[in-house]
Amino acid sequence: MIQFLSHIISGLSLGSIYAIIALGYSMVYGIAKMLNFAHGDVIMIGAYVSFSATQYFGMHPIASVVISVIMCTILGIAIEGFAYKPLRKATSLAVLITAIGMSYLLQNLALLIWGANPKSFTSVVGLGTLSLFGGEMHITSETIVTVLANIIIMIALTTFINKTKMGKAMRAVSEDKGAAELMGINVNLTISMTFAIGSALAAIAGVLLCSSYPSLMPTTGSMPGIKAFTAAVFGGIGSIPGALIGGLLLGLIEILGKAYVSDQLGDALVFAVLIIVLLVRPAGLLGKKVHEKV
Amino acid sequence: MSLLRVENIHVYYGNIHAIKDVSFEVNEGEIVTLIGANGAGKSTTLNTVSGLLKPRSGRILFRDRNITQMQASRVVSLGMALCPEGRRVFQQMTVRENLEMGAYTRPAGEVASSLKNIFERFPRLKEREKQVAGTLSGGEQQMLAMGRALMSKPKLLMLDEPSMGLAPILVEQIFDIIRELHAAGSTILLVEQNAQMALSIADRAYVLGTGSITMSGSAKQVLEDDRVRAAYLGG
Repeated sequence: MIQFLSHIISGLSLGSIYAIIALGYSMVYGIAKMLNFAHGDVIMIGAYVSFSATQYFGMHPIASVVISVIMCTILGIAIEGFAYKPLRKATSLAVLITAIGMSYLLQNLALLIWGANPKSFTSVVGLGTLSLFGGEMHITSETIVTVLANIIIMIALTTFINKTKMGKAMRAVSEDKGAAELMGINVNLTISMTFAIGSALAAIAGVLLCSSYPSLMPTTGSMPGIKAFTAAVFGGIGSIPGALIGGLLLGLIEILGKAYVSDQLGDALVFAVLIIVLLVRPAGLLGKKVHEKV
Repeated sequence: MSLLRVENIHVYYGNIHAIKDVSFEVNEGEIVTLIGANGAGKSTTLNTVSGLLKPRSGRILFRDRNITQMQASRVVSLGMALCPEGRRVFQQMTVRENLEMGAYTRPAGEVASSLKNIFERFPRLKEREKQVAGTLSGGEQQMLAMGRALMSKPKLLMLDEPSMGLAPILVEQIFDIIRELHAAGSTILLVEQNAQMALSIADRAYVLGTGSITMSGSAKQVLEDDRVRAAYLGG
């Protein structure tokens, strides 16, 4: 029982990371109507920036997170401006292929800068471990911080989207770019802002991910990236609560699958669930049915 | 004094020459209507004026400023609002949020009083304030789209097919509102397929036929023209 409980807690923690990454996919999809497959690699860059700041420049871990968020925000805006903005009127296939190209570009840049050898990431939390039930159950401080960060981010983002002028403009752009433009909303700026927010969240996710799973390589972001994308689709792409639920469920399925079914089949299970959900509910758990206009 | 002046614009969709050498003007305080058959280029003209489409040549002057290449979102802040064809309200946002989006370019402090004005003009919208726009009826959505356009306090209000898809009684209501807005001093550029209705409230009219202006004059002249009667008013 205690073991099951600790699996649930690890699942929620991993799921929280997926959820934070999934938000980036979901927001960008909702507003720019594109799948930014380079998003997973922004996570990896975020982790490397934090790693370099602490290891090479001796910065405080918290400061390294701030630097990482700033760098990824700039990176996100730059990626959108250089690679995606010129394709605003191109076919979705051209944009998709560009995004995949951008993903490999980032991975290879990381390879060039930081090399192929895995770096051992030092946790930015490091507050020790909480022991419960007379030492039978351990919850690391990383787990607690990850879950808390996820809750804070979800609340902050939901408030931003529903209450602020910029957030409402984002919703307007996601529904109808032309009509939003007619309201005086600068659509290009709104799309840049979305990439900025998504990439800032990716930096946080990268640092949290590597704090719990400390091996950092240029390909570190791709698997969590794909799983978070799965989570976004699973929950209903374009929806913030969808990203949260999709991420948490995916984390739980993965951890429980690895614990009780098979260590090797954990990932396969994750994707099997995706396929089943898409067969039953093509729009995802919380996704809205898209009414095609005739 | 002309508020809007369109000079010899040509607009293309790829290779299709949609608007050929169209010129017209709208003076302050007027209702000007652009009538014509389906596909004549009425909406294309409005979308070009608003900045959503760019003409290949020609000039558009609004309040004596050249806005030909200006982004649509910037044109709005100069005082032009387009209530687009098919209404295009934000379906998943509430009535109130839709109206707030209409006031996007205005200082936050002025929004509340404009909102009050709109709710006075469209009491139905007040009743539905917290409802999501997608659940409104067609007539209510049209009112919302017009209210949203008015929230920017435009110097020029452009209405693209406000009667489209509405029951006759609602069409009457919408035209009453246009009359009221005009009486209150608004300048309106109205695009309509319902030529009879449009000409009955307009000061002047331009007739658009496959991308070019085929006739213009006072609404009365156009209404009495035999060719217009035959082509657009059912004899």
